[in-house]
Amino acid sequence: MRWFLKFAGSTIGLKIVMAVSGLLLFGFVIGHMLGNLQVYLGAETLNAYGATLQGMGPLLWVVRLGLLAIVLAHIGSSVALVRLSHAARPQSYKKVQPRASTYASRTMRVSGPIVLAFIIFHILHLTQGAAHPELQHCVTGADGALQCFVHENVVSAFSLTGANVAYKAFSVVFYVVAMVLLGLHLGHGAYSMVRTLGLSNPRYDRIARALATAVTLVIVIGNCSIPIAVAVGLVRTAGGH
Amino acid sequence: MNLTLHVWRQNGPSDKGRFETYQANGISEHMSFLEMLDFVNEKLESEGKAPIVFEHDCREGICGSCGFMIDGKAHGGQHRTTVCQLHMRSFKDGDVLTLEPWRAAAFPVLRDLMVDRSAFDRIVQAGGYVSVRSGSPQDANAILVGKEEVDRAFDAAACIGCGACVASCPNASAMLFTGAKISHLGLLPQGQPERYRRVQAMTQTMDEAGFGYCSNHGECSAFCPKDISLDVIAMTNRDLMAAQVKGRSEG
Repeated sequence: MRWFLKFAGSTIGLKIVMAVSGLLLFGFVIGHMLGNLQVYLGAETLNAYGATLQGMGPLLWVVRLGLLAIVLAHIGSSVALVRLSHAARPQSYKKVQPRASTYASRTMRVSGPIVLAFIIFHILHLTQGAAHPELQHCVTGADGALQCFVHENVVSAFSLTGANVAYKAFSVVFYVVAMVLLGLHLGHGAYSMVRTLGLSNPRYDRIARALATAVTLVIVIGNCSIPIAVAVGLVRTAGGH
Repeated sequence: MNLTLHVWRQNGPSDKGRFETYQANGISEHMSFLEMLDFVNEKLESEGKAPIVFEHDCREGICGSCGFMIDGKAHGGQHRTTVCQLHMRSFKDGDVLTLEPWRAAAFPVLRDLMVDRSAFDRIVQAGGYVSVRSGSPQDANAILVGKEEVDRAFDAAACIGCGACVASCPNASAMLFTGAKISHLGLLPQGQPERYRRVQAMTQTMDEAGFGYCSNHGECSAFCPKDISLDVIAMTNRDLMAAQVKGRSEG
């Protein structure tokens, strides 16, 4: 155990903690998006998917706590590393002209906290309901089956009709901005992770970078499409919200 | 040509330091950047002022002594060029240039543009060598090494330890330098017996010296006068992970 703590506490060890937790979160983001894209398959499909997840019982909490632990590891290692970075250059340059770094790589410390704020809002918005007054929670039907209203909730959250239009428009904008920042974060993160884990190979470097960009674009476009599709009325409930 | 120089002046490690402005007039385009500073210093000395201190030795781009930031670019930013090999023809008459020393906690400023890079020596002392038994010389080429490995090892061995990687890195990380030494030896058969002990000892010394971490920005490699590839960092990470399994009992 002692060797492991020594390893994990080194700069490379902290980077590996960040890379592995980042890889797991990257996987979660892809899975989460694929689940959400079922909104285009109609209310029945999406609601059944929601009921399946909610019906997992204690296992759902195992997954949630696992995700929380991964997020904490990701944030904890980044806080430790940023402090090291400040300590390593106490006096900054009067003039710096970066050449190889990208906008995404230089703003990881900004995009990360904003994405975190989004995640908290997103949970209060479409899971817990504190930020979404019209949210309908799952109910157990007369036949004992769990009935969920994921589709209705997504539509009422982003549909620019009815009450609270300004708040809903803000929600759409916040979701889209957060997803673009998540894209920047993942664009550098995925490429950096491959290098930190020592998986890179000069022969595949360009392919790895292109693949990281492509997957990130798919995530951004896929996730952004949902609130936009609802806002412009492409996705609506049968009731005609 | 005539230039305006904003130069960092610092009387010693404990001095706070400040920028001072000098006019460099009548500069020939054939001068190297250091010769231009020599010229400025002669004038300063003739006026009874202290010359600008900068480190230099071979002035052929191979010793690694010289180096400072010119307008926010290590060694002035010309591809594969140390500041001693940078010529004034790369600049224009009337240019205003800011000269700063490498800035890193592990590289304390000794005076003006000269920093103490002995942290690099400590990293090399921790494992940047191969132990060999002396005795009668071996036959040349008795140990076969693949051409690809030789090339990669040689590319890494080109590192002159100038410190431009640390200076350019937003985190003041020494991973490119340390990685170059680790890869140079770790790719060759002679370096294998100590490979995992080496990566542990050298990266630990690197951390203790107060360098930052690598976030794969790539600035180090972009400003490296010897064009060391970022791949040496990936190899270091890979070897350090392997060392947790293979080399743990040694450490």
